Amino acid sequence: MCRLAMKTASKPFSPFSVLEAMEAMQEGYDGSGLGLLLRGLEFAEYKYNAKDPILSGIAHSEAALARLNKIMIEAGFELKYDHEFDVKRQMIEAKDRFKYILRVYKQSATWASLSAEEVENRLMLTRLALRKDGEAHGQDLTVFSLWPDVAMIKEVGWPLGVGQALGLDSGRITSRICMAQGRQNTNYGINLYACHPFFIQGVATMTNGENTAFIPIKDWLSGRGFPGYIGYQSDSEVFAHILHYVTKQLKLPLETYKHVITPLKNEELAAHPQGDFLRGLRDACRRLIIDGPNAVIGTLPDETSMLVMDAKKMRPATVGGKPGEWAIASEMCGVDAMIPDRDRSKDFQPMREHTVIIPPDRQELQIWSQFDHLPIHQAA
Amino acid sequence: MVSVRSLANTPSSLTPNDLPWIIEHREDRCTLCGKCAAVCPVNTLKLAYMRKRMPHLVLAATERGSSYKTFVGIRQSTEVSKRCIGCGSCAMVCPNEAIHPVQNGERDRFRFVNSQQGEPAKRGGRRNVPGASLLDRIIFDRISMLTDPALDAGRHEFSCNTLLGRVLPPEEYVRRKLAGEWIPPVREIFPFVIGSMSFGALSPNMWLGLLQGVAYCNEVLGIPVVMATGEGGCPPWVLRSPFLKYIILQIASGYFGWDEIIRAIPEMQCDPAAIEIKYGQGAKPGDGGLLMWFKVSKLIARLRGVPEGVDLPSPPVHQTLYSIEESVMKMIQTMSMAWNFRVPVYPKISGSTSAKSVLNNLVRNPYAGALMIDGIDGGTGAAYNISMDATGHPIAANVRECYLDLCAQGKQNEIPIFAAGGVGKNGNVTQNGMALIMLGASGVHMGKFIMQSAAGCLGTESNRCNVCNIGLCPKGITSQNPKLYRRLDPDQVAQRVVETFMSIRTEVKKVMAPLGRSQSLPIGMSDALGIDDKDVAERLNIRYVC
Repeated sequence: MCRLAMKTASKPFSPFSVLEAMEAMQEGYDGSGLGLLLRGLEFAEYKYNAKDPILSGIAHSEAALARLNKIMIEAGFELKYDHEFDVKRQMIEAKDRFKYILRVYKQSATWASLSAEEVENRLMLTRLALRKDGEAHGQDLTVFSLWPDVAMIKEVGWPLGVGQALGLDSGRITSRICMAQGRQNTNYGINLYACHPFFIQGVATMTNGENTAFIPIKDWLSGRGFPGYIGYQSDSEVFAHILHYVTKQLKLPLETYKHVITPLKNEELAAHPQGDFLRGLRDACRRLIIDGPNAVIGTLPDETSMLVMDAKKMRPATVGGKPGEWAIASEMCGVDAMIPDRDRSKDFQPMREHTVIIPPDRQELQIWSQFDHLPIHQAA
Repeated sequence: MVSVRSLANTPSSLTPNDLPWIIEHREDRCTLCGKCAAVCPVNTLKLAYMRKRMPHLVLAATERGSSYKTFVGIRQSTEVSKRCIGCGSCAMVCPNEAIHPVQNGERDRFRFVNSQQGEPAKRGGRRNVPGASLLDRIIFDRISMLTDPALDAGRHEFSCNTLLGRVLPPEEYVRRKLAGEWIPPVREIFPFVIGSMSFGALSPNMWLGLLQGVAYCNEVLGIPVVMATGEGGCPPWVLRSPFLKYIILQIASGYFGWDEIIRAIPEMQCDPAAIEIKYGQGAKPGDGGLLMWFKVSKLIARLRGVPEGVDLPSPPVHQTLYSIEESVMKMIQTMSMAWNFRVPVYPKISGSTSAKSVLNNLVRNPYAGALMIDGIDGGTGAAYNISMDATGHPIAANVRECYLDLCAQGKQNEIPIFAAGGVGKNGNVTQNGMALIMLGASGVHMGKFIMQSAAGCLGTESNRCNVCNIGLCPKGITSQNPKLYRRLDPDQVAQRVVETFMSIRTEVKKVMAPLGRSQSLPIGMSDALGIDDKDVAERLNIRYVC
């Protein structure tokens, strides 16, 4: 079983503190890899404008890097800052890492007149073009994200060791949100893309557990014709795509996500104030019903964080913290490591009906239940 | 050599050894009660007086050398029309285990002369392909263990129902719901449906028993089982009863029974579960229904609006239609309108290489509620042997192809595919059904299995009985003759229906639990399927395992 840790705080902090929390939970995982997602970034050596997109990935050869540069220039991106990691190569298991990429770009001035939706679309298409280019050249280019204020790192190895190898302990990068996961995928072929967290257009999730309904869900998402619904090297990638589909395509509130992946039963819906709408939604989104055990931790572009469970609740997760600072982890010791000075009696372990939401102001923990009224239009 | 005239020698002459079933009769145990001959549905058994010579050596010239003994025994007719059908009714009534039919191990010669009067062989029942079917060979091999502990079929909650009816894409659903527009009707049903068997084909007692059982499953056990009528309507009292909601009404090319149905609409207490428009059936593609005169009783004649005792062959196609487009537009929309767009309407077609084109037409019509595909292994009340044996398409590849086609269009949740044709033909009903579901079907229909399981139908894949077509069903399942159908107690049928569905429900859980599935029926979960045949695995796009 893998272990998850996420911290969100109004004041930026070092991702290394989250890796230390992973270490606290080390008995529960094999430590075969690290996946990191940072939001709300600050660089010690660069004054970052949060509107500029950041490209994260790995160029496995010089040629790949050259092609990447060419593609980015052709797409109208201008390089503003290239974060050089203090890489300790001897600590990295893989030997084909030519350069870890974490670069701030300025997008083409011609995009200024485009709608926000179109800009988001183009950022995604550029990321997919880079990914495709790498796949066409024997996976020599791996791209995790291209999005404003989001950086991602994925690497094989012991999580804390990977953090040290990449110099994350130096404090050169800090962020307001850090999502960390400590394992390479084990159920399908080893692939950096298969490592959580998963990212699509600002939406990111990481998951604990196995999704046995993966193939039907993947088949359905693939059939949407949406260019970003690809990959699926891991069964958990669908959680990010479903969250994206619900919030960005259906444009429904975040609370609806839980109704889509784990709908209520008939008798529960019969008693629900919006039971009629929700029953229809369950039918329409039937292929997106997950079959955990899963704990899903997600973050959204506005720095909202969330945690939900599958309907059987067979994977652990705890949330705790204080105003301005919250942590979610697979185990209590993980939360302890991230926020030791909190009121532990207020820690919360969600049940099958709950969605834990930490809004961007981080002042309180919202515990929303599926049995509650859904914040949508009256007609529903 | 004896003269020709002393032999019964015509081209169609047969001996018991030439027949598909041979009666084995033990004269030493026979009590001569005559029950077997009385019960035999085809009159093959005759009580006969016979004489045999008792030779003994006599030296005196005054006495004859032999004496004769007469005795009474059972003989089997070798006439084509009266050949033994292997039903075993004789064995059932024999008080002394003196008689039973045995299948002829040789390939029988009977089949070569089974065309008397120029009439090709006909039968009811099944396709008669013994041995494990393809569906029997599909196994569920993606077992969740350490990465995801298997579920407890007895303790966890399972959601194993399916949807029948058109489901909107989520974007369109949300838009219409917020705008207050029409949402197509959808029924949540148990994925194993009692397939369409008409009120003319089944006896009144069988029909009543099925309906009672279905009502119990719904109202007491909470298993939302539905049953489909075949062509030929529904008893008037059922149309006006609250049980109509468990019934899928079928309309087929003869439109039999629809006068009664249309007249009953204003008096209906509830809507039917769905309307099935039959364009074809798996056992006899290209043929309409074939209710033979033996079965057109007074009641059936009234329901169908025809005179008693006439053959009722439905035309092979709906005479008012030219094309699939027109069919979809005219019939699906007309039937939808009859119930004010509150009832799902869907077509049933024979398994066919052209199934995909039908499906694609349905996808484009916003009123089509599902597609039901009936494969070659489907049963029927009556058909020509050639249709049953050699016409049609097996269901597995047909369903898979259609499902993958829907996936490519992203519409697999919008038009549910229902599959039939050989589900449970060897008794493995849940295995067969779940295999089809994981290949992409939303549910399955079963006919023969229910007749066997709930009413003790004697048919097997070895051409046993198979006389549903002539109204002589020895169990009273497919007969309109009160002497026969009174053998069947509707209450006992109802009880067996209930037992059958309870058992299927448990088995469904026993399949889902080790796969780590409990929250929704694993439709299209093809990663869980395996078969020990490379070609089949490749064709169905599942895993080859050995």
